[in-house]
Amino acid sequence: MAKLHISTTINGEPIEFLCDPPQTMLEVLRDQLGLTGSKEGCGSGDCGACSITVDGRLVCSCLMLAAEAEGHRLETIEGMARGDQLHPLQKKFVELAALQCGICTPGFLVASKALLDRNPNPTETEVRYWLAGNLCRCTGYDKIIRAVMEVAADMRETAR
Amino acid sequence: MNNIQYVAPQSIDEAVAAMAAANGTGRVLAGGTDLLIQMRAGVVSPGIIVDVKKIVEMTTIDETSGGYRIGAAVSGAVIGEHARLKKAWPGVVEAINLIGSKQIQGRASAGGNLCNASPAADSVPALVAAGAIVTVQGPKGRRDVPVEKIHAGPGRTTLQPGEIVVSFTLPARPAGSSDAYLRLIPRTEMDIAVVGCGVSLTIQNGTCTAARVGLGAVAPTVLLVEDAAKALAGSRLDDKALEAAAAACRAACKPINDKRGTIAYRTKIAGVLLKRAAGIAAERAGRK
Ligand SMILES: Cc1cc2nc3c(=O)[nH]c(=O)nc-3n(C[C@H](O)[C@H](O)[C@H](O)COP(=O)(O)OP(=O)(O)OC[C@H]3O[C@@H](n4cnc5c(N)ncnc54)[C@H](O)[C@@H]3O)c2cc1C
Ligand code: FES
Ligand code: FES
Repeated sequence: MAKLHISTTINGEPIEFLCDPPQTMLEVLRDQLGLTGSKEGCGSGDCGACSITVDGRLVCSCLMLAAEAEGHRLETIEGMARGDQLHPLQKKFVELAALQCGICTPGFLVASKALLDRNPNPTETEVRYWLAGNLCRCTGYDKIIRAVMEVAADMRETAR
Repeated sequence: MNNIQYVAPQSIDEAVAAMAAANGTGRVLAGGTDLLIQMRAGVVSPGIIVDVKKIVEMTTIDETSGGYRIGAAVSGAVIGEHARLKKAWPGVVEAINLIGSKQIQGRASAGGNLCNASPAADSVPALVAAGAIVTVQGPKGRRDVPVEKIHAGPGRTTLQPGEIVVSFTLPARPAGSSDAYLRLIPRTEMDIAVVGCGVSLTIQNGTCTAARVGLGAVAPTVLLVEDAAKALAGSRLDDKALEAAAAACRAACKPINDKRGTIAYRTKIAGVLLKRAAGIAAERAGRK
């Protein structure tokens, strides 16, 4: 099968890779580019563990072909911290124990950031609906929702 | 999955040519939220994947003398952010926005929802109620088809080999018009409709002057229920008219028993959703 040559931008860096047409973005991120933060929970769009953004739009990387990355800007969990400086969402997840085993966490963080980038003042209901595509086996969700609400409040405070 | 090819043409003519050259093994890729799952499950194994998201006409929304043209591959998220479209056709937009999660919305399109041809596809009853016209292009050129003519059965469409759905056109309609879509699911998010019902209507001086009703998940295809529309049109949407329309919906049902609902339950719910959706559409149309 002829390999496709793809040029894209991942977490602000220009990246080129070769892929087979049926390969998913998630496979290439994890197996070829070493970006293993995005997880495969289901491979069928149900769990959100593979969440990334493409041109700022939240998507499941398991339901995107790697070839589709051509010319677009991708953000993965690896781009969230600035060096050693965790993103406020990451800090709050740790502080409030909004994770246990952690496999869902990159997906929740990417999805939560996509929400707050768009809506800095969400209601709890909005947060719950926004995160309905992310499944967590461990936390029971409440701590996650609370963490997102607190970060939103903190960020509004700092922005003031 | 051997020897699959991927192309992302810039124009519909090129996409149609690529589909024609593939001799029936071509598959259109819009959001991939059905296609990639089916490929992974081995249900479909295309020879060539034709990604249509670089085609401007298929990925944009235009206003057309009072109506709207929605590219078949526009994602639900983009449709939901179009304030004017949402105001003009709230039922169509809410139906498309019910598909999956935020992640799914980032990719899923109305064209894919239609062409995947699930009888429970959420956007389709709302588009049927809206009287949407589908523009299709294939080896023999372009044609316009009412949306309710596309489904042929579960997973089957009336599209000819190599045909691509280009866009949906929602007609202009008079002041005092609106629409609504309701579905019943056992959860509040991320589930498949047990029944879905779209209602579009026009109200002038308290009288319903025009109506269309689409029903999903109660038959092998999404249904246009003309008898329900007739019961609403000409009435003041009083209880008697609503009950007659609900009865017409129940009569149109040819559902199956499955884990989501029995035949009796689906049939009953079809009538219930009709009344509620008609109520919401009427409120939106300005009846107080
Ligand atoms: C987690 C999850 C939740 C979901 N929830 C819902 C839900 O609540 N309600 C619902 O209705 N659906 C749901 N779906 C199904 C799916 O998301 C929708 O059917 C969606 O609208 C498909 O659009 P797409 O752009 O992703 O289609 P694709 O997967 O790209 O295409 C679907 C099919 O249509 C064909 N096709 C696509 N576009 C065209 C075109 N323009 N012309 C000709 N053929 C075309 C493709 O070849 C393919 O066979 C869900 C899916 C997932 C994974
Ligand atoms: S791995 Fe992509 S949604 Fe579960
Ligand atoms: S922390 Fe284990 S799945 Fe969420």
